[in-house]
Amino acid sequence: MAALNVRDLHKRFGSTEVLKGIDLTVESGEFAVLLGPSGCGKSTLLNVIAGLEQPNAGTVEIGERMVNAIPAKDRDIAMVFQSYALYPSMTVRRNITFGMECRGVPRPQQDEAVARVAALLQIDGLLERRPSQLSGGQRQRVAMGRALVRNPLLFLFDEPLSNLDAQLRVDMRTEIKQLHGRIRSTIIYVTHDQIEAMTMASRIAVMNKGEIQQFAAPDVVYNRPANLFVARFLGTPPMNTMKARLVRDGDGLAATIGTVRLPLPAQPQAARAFIDRDVFLGLRPECITDPGRPGATLEAEVLTIEPTGAETIVLASVAGERLRARVAPDVRLTPGQRTALVADTRSACLFDPATERLIG
Amino acid sequence: MRDSLRPGRWLLYAVLIGFAGFTLLPLVVVILNSFRTAQEIARTSVVGWPHGLAWQNWVQAWSGYCIAQRCEGIRPYMENSFMLAVPATILSTALGAIAGYSISLWRFRGDTIVFAVVVMGVFLPEQMKLIPWALVLRELGLTNTIAALVLIHTVQGMSFTTLFCRNYYIGIPQDLMKAARVDGAGYFRTFWRIVLPLSPPILIVTVIWQFTGIWNEFLYGVTFTTGGQQPVTAALIAIATTPATDLVEYGIQSAAVLLAAVPTLLVYFLGGRYFLRGLTAGAIK
Repeated sequence: MAALNVRDLHKRFGSTEVLKGIDLTVESGEFAVLLGPSGCGKSTLLNVIAGLEQPNAGTVEIGERMVNAIPAKDRDIAMVFQSYALYPSMTVRRNITFGMECRGVPRPQQDEAVARVAALLQIDGLLERRPSQLSGGQRQRVAMGRALVRNPLLFLFDEPLSNLDAQLRVDMRTEIKQLHGRIRSTIIYVTHDQIEAMTMASRIAVMNKGEIQQFAAPDVVYNRPANLFVARFLGTPPMNTMKARLVRDGDGLAATIGTVRLPLPAQPQAARAFIDRDVFLGLRPECITDPGRPGATLEAEVLTIEPTGAETIVLASVAGERLRARVAPDVRLTPGQRTALVADTRSACLFDPATERLIG
Repeated sequence: MRDSLRPGRWLLYAVLIGFAGFTLLPLVVVILNSFRTAQEIARTSVVGWPHGLAWQNWVQAWSGYCIAQRCEGIRPYMENSFMLAVPATILSTALGAIAGYSISLWRFRGDTIVFAVVVMGVFLPEQMKLIPWALVLRELGLTNTIAALVLIHTVQGMSFTTLFCRNYYIGIPQDLMKAARVDGAGYFRTFWRIVLPLSPPILIVTVIWQFTGIWNEFLYGVTFTTGGQQPVTAALIAIATTPATDLVEYGIQSAAVLLAAVPTLLVYFLGGRYFLRGLTAGAIK
């Protein structure tokens, strides 16, 4: 069953079109992440789904029920806000039960629900405190508790971890993922943090300028980005994209960048249509590495090196194109040095320069 | 030599103390005169040290002195002022809180225009509104009643209270409102359960501001009420302008003025700390 079904959704603020025809179907039990740079419309989309903003056109269905005309409180959703939005004057317990109070749930039932959620999130000891007496991580838990207590069809998370410090963010990430594994609810999760998206999502919807660029599983979004935007947005550092010419190479294909020739095994049939034409060649930095691995050799000039400890990111110039490579930390390179790098082109992506879309 | 002991400092403090003394002088004269008999003042001068403590001035001012042919002192007029200032303060603050809440947190079409029009009331001079109010009061049949003054001060006070509350509430994060909507809280429940508990700082400010302003207001009081319906500010003028005998009762007048100032001073001393804090505080964390 589709937990969420969004069709051709448009939203304007004044003359600015923030959502330009969003189509999105999320299956029940999925952990869907809306990922994109700030201003891409992901939070607006979440607010429209929640019923906190009205769309200018298009439909929203939650649990296969059309909810366009239904107010937020009756949409069977729960929301966790970036600022947590805990009611400052209420205790943790009242914060969690406020929704039930509004809906007239009897007191014993409320207490039962609080006990269940408090145990799940380990906030039993905090129930009589006020939000101002809690740490950031505790507030985050309470905000999640307020959402969990509803047991809704759809959880909406609006950048819930971005106010936490780095360490806590990593912990909460794991915890939310585990929580989802336990309760198996459908989650729509907005973030600009691609690590969060990659680690937690069952599918990622990459958004830019009010449009969904790609909606697919994390490894698909990462390894087969639908277009140049997705390729250049995901990954730290992102995918290298170089202008290249596609040529025939025996039975197979190869890309030429200046004098460099890279054989391209494992390209889809559609790529043949681009033989003897310009394309964008996309190669992840981890596919360009130090010699000693299998692949085609690239003569490169080292421009800068960025050691991270586990590996070293090398910015290099190859046939006039700048690209980033990941090499082992024990490979000593200095800027200005000429060196050989090895490109593993088995997972190379080709993009149509006219449409910027992935070929095949 | 320490900084604070330099001659320049001494001069500075001397000048400041001089100015402060000058500012306080009228108050000192009034306090001193409230303990001097009329005869003593007439014999010497309006400015002078009391020879004894003439407590009867205070008694007379409170409950015996004749004002406009009624010899009950200012007490009934103080009561009038309470009957008018307390409800008008509560009503204007409550309405201002609701209005400020609506304008800042339940954005509606044209809300900024409504706000601009309401706040314009802050800048309109009282005199301009005298005749319109006279017509309204006549239509409502409220001429020469305390209820009329309650109505006027409630309506006019809303400009200030709405401005204060709106500027305070605008600091409440929109996410709180969204959370309340998702939780299913409506307009009044959100106000009552979420916004109002955050409001004491600004409500104290508006109450002090409104009470002081309404208590001290004179023009409407003297224009729209006569005789026994007048607030204390109007009665004080009546004391000053209708001397009972040839002897001007400066002592009783002084005591009456001081008595009339007690409620606002009390409010200030009790809530002044909040007042200074509230005017600058806006952020709600």
